Amino acid sequence: MKLTLKIWRQENAKTKGKLVTYKLSDLSPDTSFLEMLDVLNEQLATKGEPVVEFDHDCREGICGQCSLVINGKAHGPEEHYTTCQTHLRSFNDGDTITIEPFRANSFPVIRDLKVDRSAMDRIIQAGGYISSFTGMAPEANSMPIHHDIAESAFDSAACIGCGACVATCKNSSAALFVSAKIGHLVKLPQGQVERNERVLWMVNAHDDEGFGSCTNIGACAMVCPQEVQLLDITRMNYEYNRAVCLSAD
Amino acid sequence: MALNAKIPEGPLKDKWQNYLAKTRIVNPANRKKLDVIVVGGGLSGGGAAASLAELGYNVKVFFFQDSARRSHSVAAQGGVNAAKNYKNDGDNVYRMFYDTIKGGDFRSREANVYRMAEVSTNLIDQMVAQGVPFGREYGGYLSNRSFGGVLVSRTFYARGQTGQQLLLATYQAMMKQIKVGKLTQYNRHEILDLVIVDGKARGVIARDLITGKIERHSAHAVVFGTGGFGKIFYLSTLAMNSNGSANWRAHKKGAYFANPSWTQIHPTALPQSGEHQSKLTLMSESLRNDGRIWVPKNIDEKRAPGDIPDEDRDYYLERRYPAFGNLVPRDVASRAAKERMDAGYGIGPLKNAVYLDFKTAIERLGEDTIKERYGNLFTMYEKITAINAYKEPMKISPAAHFSMGGLWVDYELQTTIPGLFAVGEANFADHGANRLGANSLLQASVDGNFILPNTISNYLADDIRTGKIPTDTPEFDEAEKSVKDQVAKLLAIKGTMPVDQIHRRLGKIMFKEVAMSRNEKGMIWAIEEIKKLRKEFWENAAIPGNENGPNSELEKAGRLADYLEIAELMAVDALDRKESCGAHFREDYQTPEGEAMRDDENYMYSSAWEWQQGEDWKLHKEPLEFTEVKPTVRSYK
Repeated sequence: MKLTLKIWRQENAKTKGKLVTYKLSDLSPDTSFLEMLDVLNEQLATKGEPVVEFDHDCREGICGQCSLVINGKAHGPEEHYTTCQTHLRSFNDGDTITIEPFRANSFPVIRDLKVDRSAMDRIIQAGGYISSFTGMAPEANSMPIHHDIAESAFDSAACIGCGACVATCKNSSAALFVSAKIGHLVKLPQGQVERNERVLWMVNAHDDEGFGSCTNIGACAMVCPQEVQLLDITRMNYEYNRAVCLSAD
Repeated sequence: MALNAKIPEGPLKDKWQNYLAKTRIVNPANRKKLDVIVVGGGLSGGGAAASLAELGYNVKVFFFQDSARRSHSVAAQGGVNAAKNYKNDGDNVYRMFYDTIKGGDFRSREANVYRMAEVSTNLIDQMVAQGVPFGREYGGYLSNRSFGGVLVSRTFYARGQTGQQLLLATYQAMMKQIKVGKLTQYNRHEILDLVIVDGKARGVIARDLITGKIERHSAHAVVFGTGGFGKIFYLSTLAMNSNGSANWRAHKKGAYFANPSWTQIHPTALPQSGEHQSKLTLMSESLRNDGRIWVPKNIDEKRAPGDIPDEDRDYYLERRYPAFGNLVPRDVASRAAKERMDAGYGIGPLKNAVYLDFKTAIERLGEDTIKERYGNLFTMYEKITAINAYKEPMKISPAAHFSMGGLWVDYELQTTIPGLFAVGEANFADHGANRLGANSLLQASVDGNFILPNTISNYLADDIRTGKIPTDTPEFDEAEKSVKDQVAKLLAIKGTMPVDQIHRRLGKIMFKEVAMSRNEKGMIWAIEEIKKLRKEFWENAAIPGNENGPNSELEKAGRLADYLEIAELMAVDALDRKESCGAHFREDYQTPEGEAMRDDENYMYSSAWEWQQGEDWKLHKEPLEFTEVKPTVRSYK
């Protein structure tokens, strides 16, 4: 395959970036999208030119470190894929592909396609946990949990924290990410004790980090690699309103 | 230095409790005077960081990822073992201990293994309390599955994403400690040297991977939860940035490296399909619960797998190992696959794979049940290969996976450098020559959460009057200078050979001669090739850019420079051990049926290698004593 790549190059968050065109040939459709960038970077390195910086690690769709907006779509053309799972067979020979970083005010560009997503860590720090210290736990089977509830909690817990929901949202909202953690923990009996403060702290942290508000568009759920459901956002809103009412008492 | 494993007194089953009863602990008021550096934010490092912070120590945790939630523990799929005996199938701590010792081919340290089995039950309690959504039965109680090398069901799982869920629980515990101010995280930081003051580990030199700044950090003790170095093979199941550099640099400062050549080659990864491939994705061992492995009986079989009738299929694991069948341990399954592929029965265009078939299980249980058990794995498989494994069998192949070897540690998980501890895959003691499935998440978690926090206090008890460790000392000056010099040396090469290309070539040498099947001639050849490649790297590596900002090629080059040295030690280690055990299979030491031939008389020891500047490594032997088990021929027939 032959491809023309238009890749976003930017020195750092303070400088202006631009799209730079590269051409690659002799690519196999079985090559993954990130392996294609490896090929490009090997060519640049051979010429002594700085390589295209991009985030990646596990390359099997679970760590959430890879990002990229490919032809305007977070994680590329396939629905519910990560960028690292995307292969060139999803494109046609001769295509021109535009590759940009995840764009959001809360995700400043570090260099080229690398962005800083530490705002998501800070939202979890605000309350995305169960405060059970090492050594405190009772016997695991002392608390039966219905099979379907455990499975449903898993559906929310599966979020890989990649930030594609934010990059896709026209408001740059992280509502799907926040609601996935709230959904995971509130569905489980272990998560009940901190239920109210968790949602208040996390939603407030989300707003403080500069993420936008959710206006129920649903684009986030379309790109989510783990298929986290919009229902989690509805649940988060319910939990938030409930907690506000209870804390007003 | 003579090795002292510091195994506590008493019968095996009482050793850990005896240790806990007598070890020194630090008064809560004094813990806030003590600083600990943890390297690695995964299950072992993250568990240690969170647990130590909960105890009241001041903890700094370093990792190269942008968030600790991305540590490679995240990718473990199938499950975590614990001797809960919820299935009433005769499991207990001793049986789990025995399975692990046997699985490791009687080359692990008895006392450590027993302790791991003993505290395994606490771990499940802890993870449930922290919100891990483990798979459950309809009555609401926890469910279990079976893994290779055992006859009971003791594996707890969260679909095919168990590692992710355990890691998130650990990560969330860390985030809580950051919020309360006991833990500070340094993301996108790489550790490039260990600082030793008066013979003790007292700090690290780190590189900020964003600014490029070289930083000094001091502490009273340093804990490495740095994982494995299987990425040395280039093609592996590890994450692209997983590396052995922190361990290697500590090795060069005096930490002995134990059994470095013992690498687990996982039998069920996706096969290589082309030259640019960067990664071999793992398909969980749990699939072998319901999947049957086979190759065609006919060497030039042309039919599609679905058209090949049962009588023309060779279910070679079921044939060779009727007792354990498809659930033999990983080393056995990988070697058996290699045997078939070498004989020309491999499938796929490169003849480098075997089938993993779910047809029988789908007929028996229905597609819905298979989907609930392994749905995400089938989805992952389809995303990568564009093949629907509900309709046709998966194609799988052996791939480098787990480092059983690592930094030598004593019973307290302390290395040969006082004050440097190693937890999880970074150390060596628990898995012997072959790790059993679902014991990796277990070991990482219990080392970090339950063992290290109880052993490190015995060391830190001497430091309650020490005060802060200053960083403006000659030891820090020297360590920082050596790191800066190396960075400058790498950038000065200005060659034309991309780092990944050299790494691929190293991987090919290692996979050919220092992986599933080894012989003396091959390893002598490998050592020479590694030396040549190392020379070529330092003469001709292409490392563009500079050190004052993000530079992924510079990061990769630093790691590869270390791999090119680790590789040699792996070959030296494998050459030294003239027996076959577990993953270490010497062609010159096998039975007529092609099974491993152990030599307990001469090799009943762990090899701990000491770095000697400018000379060959020096071998120290830790004799392995078995008091409760009798080493037998490991048979799964």
